[in-house]
Amino acid sequence: MADFLIGTALFISAVTALGLYRVLRARIAVERMMAVQLLGTGGGAALLLLGVASGVSAANDAALLLMLFATFSCAAFTLGLETTPTENLGSEEESR
Amino acid sequence: MAQLFDLALVIWLIALAVHITMARTDQNAIIAFIAFGLLLGLGWVQLSAFDVALTEIAIGAGVTGILLLSAEAHMRKARTSTKATGTKIAKAEASTTGTVSKATTIDEGRRIGAVGVITTAIACAAVTVGLGFAVLLLPNPAPTLAPAAAAALDATGLGNPVTAVLLAYRALDTLLEKVVLLLALVGVWSLAPDRLWDGAPALRPAEVPEPLAYLARVLPPFGVLIAVYMFWVGADAPGGTFQAGTVLAAMWLIVMIAGLRQPPDTALKTLRLLLVGGPALFLAVGLIGFIIADGFLAYPEAIAKPLILVIEAALTLSIGVTLAMLVAGPAQKAREP
Amino acid sequence: MTLLADAFTVIAVSAGALLFLAGTIGLLRFPDTLSRLHALSKADNLGLGLIVLGLLPQAGSLSGGLKLVCVWLLAQLSAATASQLIAGRIHRRKSGS
Repeated sequence: MADFLIGTALFISAVTALGLYRVLRARIAVERMMAVQLLGTGGGAALLLLGVASGVSAANDAALLLMLFATFSCAAFTLGLETTPTENLGSEEESR
Repeated sequence: MAQLFDLALVIWLIALAVHITMARTDQNAIIAFIAFGLLLGLGWVQLSAFDVALTEIAIGAGVTGILLLSAEAHMRKARTSTKATGTKIAKAEASTTGTVSKATTIDEGRRIGAVGVITTAIACAAVTVGLGFAVLLLPNPAPTLAPAAAAALDATGLGNPVTAVLLAYRALDTLLEKVVLLLALVGVWSLAPDRLWDGAPALRPAEVPEPLAYLARVLPPFGVLIAVYMFWVGADAPGGTFQAGTVLAAMWLIVMIAGLRQPPDTALKTLRLLLVGGPALFLAVGLIGFIIADGFLAYPEAIAKPLILVIEAALTLSIGVTLAMLVAGPAQKAREP
Repeated sequence: MTLLADAFTVIAVSAGALLFLAGTIGLLRFPDTLSRLHALSKADNLGLGLIVLGLLPQAGSLSGGLKLVCVWLLAQLSAATASQLIAGRIHRRKSGS
């Protein structure tokens, strides 16, 4: 059973890595922030699987914090955007 | 199977690190860096270093991330306001066809210069090679104090050896660490101009999106619960003051960003009491150790655990307030009379 | 009984993993940001939910299982709100404000 769970964790992190690769190369600044959210859920799922596979409950705590701080970072991101709206528009256009 | 996972994780981490160094704008690099911190947490879990994993996720990804993001926003603001004047305009003209931030990116790249880039690359490579050698040259089995730490665990009444090291065996280090954190905050506050010295920092964005306000109302109760849990579980399992304090700081920051509560005046008595409370209590208990135990920072065995828990509780609050005020930055508004 | 629980775990966890795959394919293939966001949030939340559901029989203790459910609930709340935040930014950007 443990092997199956670790295998699934590997699969999910591989899939998350693919998504991460796509999102980090995105044209729009906000879209890149999806990378953090993606890691929050994908990494969290992998951690839960690993935790149950190895029987260590601390991995679940790590997953809990991962979700919490992924959201926190997403929320904090709006701070940088809102304070300088004009310049931000520039950085969004930048990589077109 | 587990080894395959580790290998994938290592490749992934290196790829992300390369991506961060290659990122064209600061903002891109910071976002990737936050992702890197979260991923590194996964790595620490795989190494069974759960305390480090929790700290990395909370500090490395969470608080450092927002610290960098707000610093970047400040720098951008400063750049746009000074760009029209000064020498920078000449460099910016090199790409008049480009958009605003393209110009600033190039401008920034030139500021470091090719020599600077090469020097940095060499220095980084040297550190990497040195670290690699250090790891490879470690004696096998590596020297460890883990058995000694585990053997003395009973005397502290704790179940988590990491907490025992932090608050009993090497309590002096922890105490100094907290004082350094306070000094860092004093450093940040000192950046405020004199007339604003005892005023309040400004965090609230010009316009708060509706979901953010909702999040700031709903998330903090969960966050505080998680913080209390982290603090409580820290005595016997991975977790502890630093993680709990960081969660508290994050929750307070969300509330301040969403504008539900304004950041307090830095002159506020309660605030300063909270900031100093943890380290001061730690120091006081340490001094009392001369009388009731063997010396400085020694605890009498019978009440070691309650003492440690009290210190941890005070430290958690102090760390939370300190980190939040560190991110909030120097005062930007004059104190209201 | 253990066999049944294990079979349930395998099915639910596999289904969850499949949803993660679907989410990533959506992320790679969908043409614009909003639909990519849709793929990410929907698939990830349901995928995580299925994985948590599948892990419940393996949790061992009641409190362990409760914590798993808490992780999922937190993800529901936080991922949904974060998606709203990101989508709001994109929408505002499109409408030219």
